Amino acid sequence: MLTISNYVKAKTLEEAYELNQARSSRVMGGMMWMRLGNARVKTVIDLSGLGLDQIEESDNVIKIGAMCTLRQIEECEALKEMYGDGIAESVRHIVGVQFRNQATVGGSIYGRFGFSDVLTAFLALDTFVELYDGGTIRLSEFVNRKPDKDILLSVIVRKSKRKFRYESIRQTKTDFPVIACSVVTGMVHGKETWYFSVGARPMKAALLEKQWEIPSDASEETIAEYARQAASEFTYGTNMRGSAEYRRHLAEVLIRREMSSILAEGR
Amino acid sequence: MEIQFILNQKQVTAEAGADTILLDVLRGLGCKSVKCGCETTNCGLCTVWIDGKSRLSCSVLAASIAGHEVTTLEGVEKEAAEFGAFLAGEGAEQCGFCSPGFIMNVLAMFRELDNPGIDHIKEYLAGNLCRCTGYMGQLRAIQKYMQAKAEKRDGKSGREAYV
Amino acid sequence: MAAEKNRPARTVVRGKLRIVNQPVSKVDAHALVTGKAVYTNDLAPADCLVVKVLRSPYAHALIKDINTARAEAVPGIECILTYKDCPDKRFTMAGQTYPEPSPYDRLILDQRVRFVGDAAAIIAGTSEEAVKKAMKLIKIKYEVLEPVLDFRTAKDNPILVHPEENWKSLCPVGADNRRNLCAHEVSESGDIEDVLASCDYVIDRVYHTKANQQAMMETFRTYTYLDTYGRLNVVSSTQVPFHIRRILANALDIPKYKVRVVKPRIGGGFGAKQTSVSEVYPAIVTWKTGKPAKIIYTREESLIASSPRHEMEMHVRLGADKEGNIRGIDLYTLSNTGAFGEHGPTTVGLSGHKSIPLYGKAEAFRFTYDVVYTNVMSAGAYRGYGATQGIFAVESAVNELAQVLGMDPTILREKNMVREGQVMPAYYGETAQSCALDRCLERAKEMIGWDEKYPCRDMGNGKVRGVGVAMAMQGSGISGVDTGSVAIKVNDDGFYSLMIGATDMGTGCDTILSQMAAECLDCELEDIIVSGVDTDTSPYDCGSYASSTTYVTGMAVVKTCETLREKICERGAEYLGCSPADVEFDGKKVTNLKTGESISRKEIGNRVMCSSNEPLSANEAFSSPTSPPPFMAGIAEVEIDKETGVVEMIDYAAVVDCGTVVNPNLARVQTEGGIAQGIGMALYEDIVYNAKGKNYSNSFMQYKIPSRLDVGNIRVEFESSYEPTGPFGAKSIGEIVINTPSPAISNAIQNAVGVIIRELPMTAEKVYRGMQE
Repeated sequence: MLTISNYVKAKTLEEAYELNQARSSRVMGGMMWMRLGNARVKTVIDLSGLGLDQIEESDNVIKIGAMCTLRQIEECEALKEMYGDGIAESVRHIVGVQFRNQATVGGSIYGRFGFSDVLTAFLALDTFVELYDGGTIRLSEFVNRKPDKDILLSVIVRKSKRKFRYESIRQTKTDFPVIACSVVTGMVHGKETWYFSVGARPMKAALLEKQWEIPSDASEETIAEYARQAASEFTYGTNMRGSAEYRRHLAEVLIRREMSSILAEGR
Repeated sequence: MEIQFILNQKQVTAEAGADTILLDVLRGLGCKSVKCGCETTNCGLCTVWIDGKSRLSCSVLAASIAGHEVTTLEGVEKEAAEFGAFLAGEGAEQCGFCSPGFIMNVLAMFRELDNPGIDHIKEYLAGNLCRCTGYMGQLRAIQKYMQAKAEKRDGKSGREAYV
Repeated sequence: MAAEKNRPARTVVRGKLRIVNQPVSKVDAHALVTGKAVYTNDLAPADCLVVKVLRSPYAHALIKDINTARAEAVPGIECILTYKDCPDKRFTMAGQTYPEPSPYDRLILDQRVRFVGDAAAIIAGTSEEAVKKAMKLIKIKYEVLEPVLDFRTAKDNPILVHPEENWKSLCPVGADNRRNLCAHEVSESGDIEDVLASCDYVIDRVYHTKANQQAMMETFRTYTYLDTYGRLNVVSSTQVPFHIRRILANALDIPKYKVRVVKPRIGGGFGAKQTSVSEVYPAIVTWKTGKPAKIIYTREESLIASSPRHEMEMHVRLGADKEGNIRGIDLYTLSNTGAFGEHGPTTVGLSGHKSIPLYGKAEAFRFTYDVVYTNVMSAGAYRGYGATQGIFAVESAVNELAQVLGMDPTILREKNMVREGQVMPAYYGETAQSCALDRCLERAKEMIGWDEKYPCRDMGNGKVRGVGVAMAMQGSGISGVDTGSVAIKVNDDGFYSLMIGATDMGTGCDTILSQMAAECLDCELEDIIVSGVDTDTSPYDCGSYASSTTYVTGMAVVKTCETLREKICERGAEYLGCSPADVEFDGKKVTNLKTGESISRKEIGNRVMCSSNEPLSANEAFSSPTSPPPFMAGIAEVEIDKETGVVEMIDYAAVVDCGTVVNPNLARVQTEGGIAQGIGMALYEDIVYNAKGKNYSNSFMQYKIPSRLDVGNIRVEFESSYEPTGPFGAKSIGEIVINTPSPAISNAIQNAVGVIIRELPMTAEKVYRGMQE
């Protein structure tokens, strides 16, 4: 059972950061996951008074404050306009509206959970995280870092003409995913580039980048071959929800469908 | 610590530890409609509104709601009874244990969505589990309630089942 | 026949019904939908001691030492109890009529722990924090023993789950603790080997159903206190208050008169609360300390230490001729009762006795079973009670036969199904006096559009839709055992108090029994008050289980009303100064038919409260020598993704014959709810243990019951027969409704993609693997 000795609603980021340096301090997001653990927390730090609950759009980026809820990104017009229904698709299966009114983007990303749909989705996009102390770094770098005492302030998605797809397979509709895949493609430094992110393998999402030039009229067989290639470069494990072998198969199917859907749009 | 917040339109004060959850504070303040069904934020029974939005009171730290506005079923009793009459009209309250959380989210849905279709309704309420009814009767109740509301708005005679 | 004699004449008349068969709202609806404080934890006094149970981390171990000294020193701790503090007298937690078929194999706390989660110590204190802190400070030294975790190897395993000398079985159910056997039996009719040997086709298959959680929204909970008279008062979320009284007296080794049990509103049961899961813990605390105490099970406790469905493995041999006449059924069921034997000897019987009789033409049957102890959580009663498991096996075998014969499975059933008037040898030789199963199947086929959709339709998008069928039956109470008694008294102004011992668990028996009483007494529903169960004052009822309430207690209501009507007539006649033979009671007044003079019920009610030597009340009981089965047909339509194996529920058409439908709304919701639970069992729900017996399915994150997005559309209709021995022609509804989804969905998958899955749940991965073969 989680125990907490002190609750502090931080008045400034500096205060939050200072408090968080103690070994037994924890920053709270939506309290969805932390509450399930057995941590003995001396000070829990609430960031809700620091204005981190806004989604800001500028010419180049969409900046999502760490305390934004999953429901906010589900309903965000800017993200939808940029990347279609994929972002909403990546969160709308998560438990229920009440849960998504509470779970935060920061909590989801910072936790780097194996089952995280949010991480899987943003990892495939051109995404950065803004840290209080560590500056702004690529999400793909952050995801492989060990949790430390820094504070995640925002998730920044660069706007670009990339196409985005998100799909997952679940046992019940609101369960954790058996597998989650997102596929992104666009021109990067003049080259057609494909990004594949596969989460719930059941390990946390990993990213694969390929400079593949695939004509929009590629045959289903060709696309299937690419998908097989992409899926084979991830590792998979077995747990209650599925075997490694089945997950690899699902990843291949979902990646192929997402690639097909993207290519069909280009036709 | 002492927490001050607005509960069902009244300013209240409650004593809570740093890890006390809102659910326990609300029940302690007499809002017995708020139920706990799972402790892991999966069932929706503990749904209340915080600043007008449906939330799971089992995982909200009581300390964090200082200065906020909390609404439980006790705070919307008339509206709950109105919709509840439709639910009962289908026999779909059954054991009733999930009814308060369910009704809170139904009423939140009506505030947020305008005349939702079946798929929207199902998705909005997916986080409210019910083991008795199989959900069909709840859906019938929602549809009949929406119809009655629309008829009432249009000046026709709605179902007189309001209690 | 005894039931004929028991039946009051009035119920034979199929007159126009005013209140029965009407969709009235439940009498407690307003309180429930406005969130009133009516459940156990809402009512518990604020000063109750908080009780928690420290549970074993091992599947099988002996407690060598318990050190509670540091824990007892925690401020606020009232007591810590270990096995040394509990009576060494075994009892069963099964809520069954005495003498219970379930073995007496429990102690409140035992030196031997038998599953991960078994109770090792009881801690009570003034606050949750104190109790949780103390729990961490209790030091237990275990001698870890090898567990029996595979139920296929349990029988005659050298490791015994219950080696103790004082284990005892009260009934001849074939139990033997020296063999890990909780029950064993063989029943047969005809020469099954002979018949199968002469069949053109024999389907020989093994099916496996897993343990499932009832997962009612309100977990197990109880509070206890001593009253003015020094008696133990127990307020509990239970389906069986009268059995709880006996169980607690046995457990605490105290006289039964010392115990009173009260049942408030309860948040669902589905059989889970037919076992005394939580009551003993606060009860022993209150009995030892004299202080009020309560236990509220966490969801985790409710999922790891409760009373789920028995896991069963069923070997079916089904023989038929070339024309599809089913000639013989041989069934062997192996049932896993887990660490304790609650409901073990009885659930297993239904796996054969409520599946085999669906096929009326069979010349022979044999039904053999073993129920074994293992070191996993004890099983219990869950809606369907063994019939669900057996029907999955037999109905799936019939669907496999249809495939072998190249025959439409509905046609195969039409050829073989039991019909009204047939004797059912595998159903204790009872006759199906009311059976509309043929009409149920016909209507279900129309509802789903079977002829257009069978076997499948390729949707052209990588998905294929298939339809599948199953039939089911259940019982209505336990014949010759279940007893319901009812009392009704006339109060001032003539309102009636309906007193029942049957337990409304949200299903609405307070309402439907009131409907029956109002119908019989020619009054309005509002003229009748009804309340929850109190073993001190309610008339005896075995409780709400075994689909008994509508039928058994319903008949007791009818009988009581008949007696009361006579008494009202007599009293009216007395006040009118005429002979009872000359009066008639129309519900509102007693009229002297000779003079036209009358006295109102209101006046009678008021006059019996002044200068009266006899109360105006009636009290009758009912028990039935038979258990008339309700029947149903269920047809599932599923859509399968041919690449991933993902199964999506599209539609479910169910048609039920529960005799006369007492309350169409409540019966419909019962049916829809049972089907949704059945869909959960079929596709999603699984209790998964690791190699050491730890239960992984310990939260609603891991044990996934269906949400409203997972059940598709469920449509229900009724095709009523008329049960001559039931109240207004009614039979039961509560349990049968969970029985068709597993076999019907399995058949739909079979018809869609040719994959036959014989082990539940039918996950996407299993479908995918099947398609790969």
